[in-house]
Formats: sequence, structure tokens, C-alpha cells
Amino acid sequence: MATAVTEIQTTLQRSSLRKRRFQRNMALLVLTLPALLVLIVFKYLPMGGLVMAFKNYRPLLGIFGSPWNGFDNFVFFFRSALIWQVTRNTLLYNLSFIVLTPIVAVTFAIMMYEIATPFFIKLYQTVLFLPFFMSWVVVSIMLFALLNSQNGIFNQLLMNLFGLQPVRWYTEPGVWPPIIIFAYLWKTAGYSTVIYFAGLMGIDPTLFEVASIDGASRMQRIFRITLPLLSPLIVIMAILAIGRIFFADFGLFYQLPLQSGPLLPTTDVINYFTYRALIEIRDYGMAAAVGLYQSLMGLILVIVTNFLAKRVSNGEQGLF
Amino acid sequence: MLQTQKNDRIARLIMHAVLGFACFLCLYPMLLTIGISLTNEREIVLNGYHVIPRDFSFEAYRVIFDKPAALTSAYWVTLRVTFFGTLLGTWFMSMAAFALGRRDFGWRKPITFIFLFTMLFDAGIVPTYMLITQYLRLQNTLLVLFLPIMITAWHTILLITYMRQLPFELIESAKVEGAGEFYIYTRIAVPLAKPALATIALLLALRLWNEWFSALLYINERSLIPLQFWMQRVMREIQFLLDFEDQMGGGIDLSQLPTETARMAMAVLAAGPMMFIFPFFQRYFARGLQVGSVKG
Repeated sequence: MATAVTEIQTTLQRSSLRKRRFQRNMALLVLTLPALLVLIVFKYLPMGGLVMAFKNYRPLLGIFGSPWNGFDNFVFFFRSALIWQVTRNTLLYNLSFIVLTPIVAVTFAIMMYEIATPFFIKLYQTVLFLPFFMSWVVVSIMLFALLNSQNGIFNQLLMNLFGLQPVRWYTEPGVWPPIIIFAYLWKTAGYSTVIYFAGLMGIDPTLFEVASIDGASRMQRIFRITLPLLSPLIVIMAILAIGRIFFADFGLFYQLPLQSGPLLPTTDVINYFTYRALIEIRDYGMAAAVGLYQSLMGLILVIVTNFLAKRVSNGEQGLF
Repeated sequence: MLQTQKNDRIARLIMHAVLGFACFLCLYPMLLTIGISLTNEREIVLNGYHVIPRDFSFEAYRVIFDKPAALTSAYWVTLRVTFFGTLLGTWFMSMAAFALGRRDFGWRKPITFIFLFTMLFDAGIVPTYMLITQYLRLQNTLLVLFLPIMITAWHTILLITYMRQLPFELIESAKVEGAGEFYIYTRIAVPLAKPALATIALLLALRLWNEWFSALLYINERSLIPLQFWMQRVMREIQFLLDFEDQMGGGIDLSQLPTETARMAMAVLAAGPMMFIFPFFQRYFARGLQVGSVKG
């Protein structure tokens, strides 16, 4: 008798507990809904539109009414001579960004941390961050001041300082890879520096004190403590960047070369190709096929890198 | 001991030199742009560009402000886009982050994954373009300039990292006293998360202020052209006129127009306002930009 009563009581308690937990979950879910809804509409709904990649799109029939054409869009796009050039450019640029950004930003962040004077930290952080404030349109104008063939600073330097012939920068594709890479680092390295610096601020300072009591030199401290503690953050940032490796920063490649045709061999990227297919040629099916190719390759790479990062670190690192 | 002190001083000197040089590289193009925009056009034709104007002149700005209708319209569009986008984006994302940062939220893992997945897989511009133009019919609206880009998984994750560090006992005790989740969010989480909110608001404002790609795709109504896109179009027109003059051998006399300096003046006008806001947000950065574990 007594046991039956307590049993009923515990079931009642448990169900009320479950009810309360459900209510709390619902209340918190409601708070996520506005943001979730925006993402579902603008990020998830378009994924359904990817079926266009397998269709011969006719505006009058709509996406779902248009006839299927299997892999025709992909065949057409993989046969075009441009695809290898734009893929190569996109991958090589992004790869150099993925490698160079952490090298530059982590170096700057560690230097700022080692200098440790609040005034200088603030000064360097502010100035290095400033280029991040410029849109690519503004950066393209600034770059024009450096590169234009009449008055550009680069040509002034070449002629007056080194006695060389002026270069016609906007028609000379060979000079653009370093310009693009430098411009990208110029604009974004400050932002990454602040992220890594914020990561360093989260490290327990007593670790460094213990190390210096134990007689560790500055270099030992940096390589044995600072870098290993920063590595999870570096890995997360790298995996996220690898997921975007087939996507170029459109503004960088569209604005800086001022859409100059002769530069395309070294400045054309997949996104620019898709943009032209969409806006200029209006070949929606092929443009969608290119998009699907970019996203799938990115996703596969993220899963592979994440797996490798976990494997190497025994499950301690990685994004998910 | 003396040796290590001396080494230390040399090391510090090297670090200052490296960072100082990097700062110089960051500042030089900006100072040059400002310098050119304040120089007399004739002086540039004669002597080229200089950071410090040799022949100081407001001519470029005077020409731009001579017919200010297009410029003020572009500013007004960008101001509204930046204001509404930053406000709504920061609000929605911080509310979501408040919930997703809570350990007692049973569904946080799958929902966090819905956010995270948008960083790993992107349908690309074509389906998005079709959705916005064919189904939602948002082309040539103010909404299309901020709604699709104001929520990002990356910023939400930064906010979650911060929200997770809020004292849980405070939230618990508020709940014991009968406070609802929304009340706790506005009265407890928002004031405590100010550094993160300020940082995200600035990053979002920056992104919206600098946005031109949505306009390139979706806007052809004159009254809805935002600042950066307007500027890019004017640049193209200037270039077109210059090329035209080159080919036609001076059919139109452009030498009277300060084209070189006007370009730079426009860049200053487009980037300037954001630079003034920055110092007010800067002190929150080191705390607001911490990236924690994304796994939830």
C-alpha cells in the first residue's frame, strides 16, 4: 500500500518535472525563433532551389516545372576551358590566405601580448583593425592611387627610385597574385589578430608565471605554452576557412582589378564566373550547378579536415 | 642577468619595429587617399600624388556637394539599412545566443547545429537570387539590403561564447522569483553581455555599411541605391568618360573636372563615418571577440 502511494507520487513528480522541463525548453526555443526563421528562409530554403542544377531552367515554367536534364549543366560547365582556370585561381588564393592569415595574425597577437603595455596594445590593435573598416570598393580606389599608370605611387617609385620602366598594372596579369594576396591580408589580418589576441587574453596568466619561475625563456614560453594553448582556436578558424575554400571573396576579385578583362587569367574566380553566368549570360542551370559544386566540395573538405584534426589531437580539437 | 635584460630589450625593440611597420603599411594608403582628396587637381597633374597636399584645396568636395541629391539619397539608404539591420540582427542573434548558451536548454545541440551548418554548406547565389526575385519578390526594397545578411552563424557563435560565461546562479535565482525567460534576457543577460553586444553590433554595422553586392543583384531603383554601390557606379562612369576621351581625342573637355581628386574624396566620404564610431567600441573588442567551443 505504502509503496504504491510513493510510486504514484514519484511518477507524478517525474511527469511534472518533465512538463516543467518541456515548458523551459519551449520558452527558450521561442527566443531562438526570430534568428532561426531568418536563417531558414534565406539559407535553408535556397538549398531546395539547388535542384535547378539538374534542370533545364525555363523562366515561364518555374524552378519545379522546368524539365530535368540530368547532369547536362555539369557536363557543360566541366567542359568549358574556364572552369579549370577559375578553380585553380580560387583554390590557390584561398590556400595562401588560409596559410598566411594565421601566420601573420598569430605573430602580431603574440607580439602584442608580449609587449604588454596597455598604450601600445591599444594603439597597434586600433591601427591594424582600421583597414577592416574599408569596403572593397573603397580599397579599390585606394589601390588605384597606388597603381594607376599616370600618377600611381608604385610607378613613381619604380621610375624615380629604381630608374625602371613604368608598369601598366591594370593590363598586366602576372603582377596580380601578390597584389591580391597582400590586399587581402592588409584588410583582414587585423581582424584575425584581434580574435587571436582575445584568445590569448583567455589564457590563465599564472601558467606564464610558473613557466618564468621555472626559468623558461621567452621563446620557450611562446612555443611550449602560448602556441599550444592557441592551437584549438587556430584549428577552428582553419576548418571554417577550408569550408569556404571554393568560395572566393567576390568583392576582392570584382572590385580591385576594376573588372579589367586582360587581368582575368590571374584574377578570375569561381564566384565571378557564377556571377557572369547568372547576370550576364542568364544561364541559371549552369550557375546553379557551379554553386552546388562549390558547396559540396567545401562540405566534404570540412568533414575530412575536422576528422583529421580530431584524429591527430585524439578528439580534443576540431569544430564538431 | 644583465645579458637577459639586454636580450629582452632587443626583443621588445624588434617587436615594436615589426608592429610599427605593419601599422605604417595599414595607414599609408588611407593617408594618401585623404591627402590626394585635399589637393588641387592641377597640382596632381604636374607633380603627382603626395600624402601631404602641396596645394591644399577643397575643390573635389565642392564638386561632389555641388549636386548632392544622389549622394544624400545614397547616404540615407545606407543609414537606414545599417540602423535597422544592426538593431534587428543584434537583437535576434543575442536572444538566440542567450538560449543556446544555457546549459539547461535541452534542445540547444540540434538548434546550434542548424546555425552552424549554414557556415559549412551554402546554396550559393543562384537559388538565393531566384528565391528573392521570383518568390519573395524583394527586389527593389529596402529589406533586401539587410534582412538576408543580418543573421550570421559566426556572430551568433561569438555571442554564445560570451553568454555561456554569464553567472548561471543569477539566472536561476531570477527564475525562482518567477521571472520569465524574455525578462531574464532583457534585464540580466543584455546588461551583462554589453561587451559582446557592442562588438557584434559594430561588426554588423560595418558589414551593412559596406554592403554593395546585394544592391548589385537586386536594386535598380535609383532612390534605393546604397552608398558603396553608388560610389562604385560613379567610379565606372568616370573611367568610362576618361576612356572615351582617350579614344575620341578630347571630344569632351574633362580637364576642368577634378576626376582624380574626386575619386579619392568619394572614398573618404564613404569610409569616413564608420571610422568615427570605431573608438567607442574598441575597448570591448578583446572580450567580445572570444571564440569558444562551437560544439555546444
